[in-house]
Amino acid sequence: MIELRDIRKIFNAGKPHALTAVDGVSLIVNDRAVTVLQGPSGSGKTTLLSVVGCMSRPTEGRILLGGREITSLPERFLTEVRRTTFGFIFQQFNLVKGISALENVMLPAYPLGEHHASLKKRARALLDLFGILPRESSKAEWLSGGEAQRTAICRALINDPQIIIADEPTAHLDTKLSHEFMDIVGRLKSEQKTVIIASHDPLVYGSTVVDRVIMMRDGRIEAAGQ
Amino acid sequence: MRKSTLFFLSLGILAVLAAAAWTHAAYQRVQGQADLQERADMVKQLDLTDLCLFTEARYTRHPTQADLHSPFQDHPMSLEHFPSGSLLAPRKGIGDR
Amino acid sequence: MGTWFERQRNIIDFTLSSLVRRKGKNLSLLLVYTLLVFLLASVMFFTHALRKEASLVLQGAPEMVVQRMAAGRHELMPGRYLNAISGIRGVSAVRGRLWGYYYDAFTSANYTLLVPGSDAPVPGYISIGSGIARSRLTAPGDLISFRRYDGEPMVLTVQEVLSSGSELVSSDLILISEQDFRKLFGMASGMFTDIVLTVRNAKEVATAAGKVQKLLPDTRPILKSEILRTYDTIFDWRSGIIVVILSSAVLAFIIFAWDKASGLSAEERKEIGILKALGWETSDVLLMKFWEGAAVSLTSFLAGVLFAYVHVFFTQVVLFEPVLKGWSTLYPSFRLVPFISPYQVATLFFLTVVPYTVATIVPSWRAATIDPDSVMRS
Repeated sequence: MIELRDIRKIFNAGKPHALTAVDGVSLIVNDRAVTVLQGPSGSGKTTLLSVVGCMSRPTEGRILLGGREITSLPERFLTEVRRTTFGFIFQQFNLVKGISALENVMLPAYPLGEHHASLKKRARALLDLFGILPRESSKAEWLSGGEAQRTAICRALINDPQIIIADEPTAHLDTKLSHEFMDIVGRLKSEQKTVIIASHDPLVYGSTVVDRVIMMRDGRIEAAGQ
Repeated sequence: MRKSTLFFLSLGILAVLAAAAWTHAAYQRVQGQADLQERADMVKQLDLTDLCLFTEARYTRHPTQADLHSPFQDHPMSLEHFPSGSLLAPRKGIGDR
Repeated sequence: MGTWFERQRNIIDFTLSSLVRRKGKNLSLLLVYTLLVFLLASVMFFTHALRKEASLVLQGAPEMVVQRMAAGRHELMPGRYLNAISGIRGVSAVRGRLWGYYYDAFTSANYTLLVPGSDAPVPGYISIGSGIARSRLTAPGDLISFRRYDGEPMVLTVQEVLSSGSELVSSDLILISEQDFRKLFGMASGMFTDIVLTVRNAKEVATAAGKVQKLLPDTRPILKSEILRTYDTIFDWRSGIIVVILSSAVLAFIIFAWDKASGLSAEERKEIGILKALGWETSDVLLMKFWEGAAVSLTSFLAGVLFAYVHVFFTQVVLFEPVLKGWSTLYPSFRLVPFISPYQVATLFFLTVVPYTVATIVPSWRAATIDPDSVMRS
């Protein structure tokens, strides 16, 4: 369970062009549920996601992860938490070009010094699960949109995180692939994972898989639906 | 094969070759003693003063016997026309006496 | 320990994938780097081995050689100078040397003719160095025709070819009898090329040299210590061609390091951002950069040094031959004993591997501490 208390994120604080991306958000995200942050661009969805996922620290406020305060953890521990608890799927997928899909999937686990053979096995199992094992040796730039998305999902899952975070996952996908994505989300939910998605795509927030839609505007929550 | 394995293998091979070269050098140093001694003996016996490295000109063949004037024997303004002349520094103490 | 090693291997895997991505550029970098190390190491090995050779072999050189000068040129030594010098206190042995150069038009080579102090060949016979035997394809029993000072021919029989093991001192030597020497060069009896002498007390050599000069002002003494020091500075970094090689190498290294140190491309920065976002710590990223530099420089160093060793001690420095040979046609076989200075090798290592590796890591420092958040909004 993730608890946010009065989170504020201000960029370039103190300077004339200071920007308050998130302005006093308090929220509880339940485990094993699919939560969607809905809102137009500039509403602070991405920023909130990055704060929740320990990618950046809030300017004000507190974050509690499973009851444990992580707001002011030192950098190293924060990275540790991020690595073990969260899996990210970025809007642009952000696969590393020039290396294979398989290697991309294994990448987050590299610094952990796990035995290579078992890591490879796990990665291949994931690729197989999402039906892209035949493409394991293809370079990232040669993957189609759908294949890249699924590779990104596998990568997010390699360390078996509890919480999956996706930022505008359907932005570069057609309808068919968008539906496929939501199916995958449903599957993840059935595997007891927590999923948080930021999207302004009706296909996403209107899906039956979604448990809760939170509407955001101008860095604040407008409506925290059920 | 993993790339890192290939890398370590190559480094390993290079390291082994380096060790082989080192051993070879040590062996050759022992083997070469006899020839080295022969050369030393010849130097002593014949009152030689130089190694025979560059036979182009007098002052390159016997650099220790050359004086400051030797390279300019032909003409006071003569430029160096022997490549090996640029490899040898003049004898130490050459200007002293 | 196991995880540490696995961690290194994983990171190296990624680093190598990264390098392979720009295969052409990195391959040519590796090649040029290796070439540079090869050049530097070749010069280093050759120079050190040669200097060591000289320092060992020339220990038996005469303690003092006295030359006579006239109008800045080397002049013959009259016999009375010998007598004068033997009279100097402290001088234990004096001998007039007979030696000179002979230009052989047949092979366009310069020979050094020498009359040995003892066991000289009998008149009519000569011993020749193996370099001469090689260039003329001469064997014992063959005849060589010389041109005397007065234009008349003089035929001498080769009785012996000096051993090839002694080439580095005798390649161009011709040992000849005194009689034939004087006949060939028209040198009157009682005249000598120069004088060699031994001093009773080795510490008194400098004093003796002073006495010689005072006694015979038109002479020039050369001490054994000076002879040895000449070869200590052979191929010194200040000598013409060596300066060119060294400065080219240094320049090339600077260009490499500059290319690395001038910062990361936007693509590289993005990649580091992704890694941070995936959970790589700053130390992991820096480790990756370290291996990127070390992989190239370690490989290049080892390969370059190995090739240099083969080049100098197996192929007799074949690539430097055009420079070493110059205009000469008689060229000794540089079969050098592999004296190698570990100190020099270590220095070369630190001068080539360390700066390049550092130049790869340092500019990444900033990018490695990047806030992963920026990746989310890119």
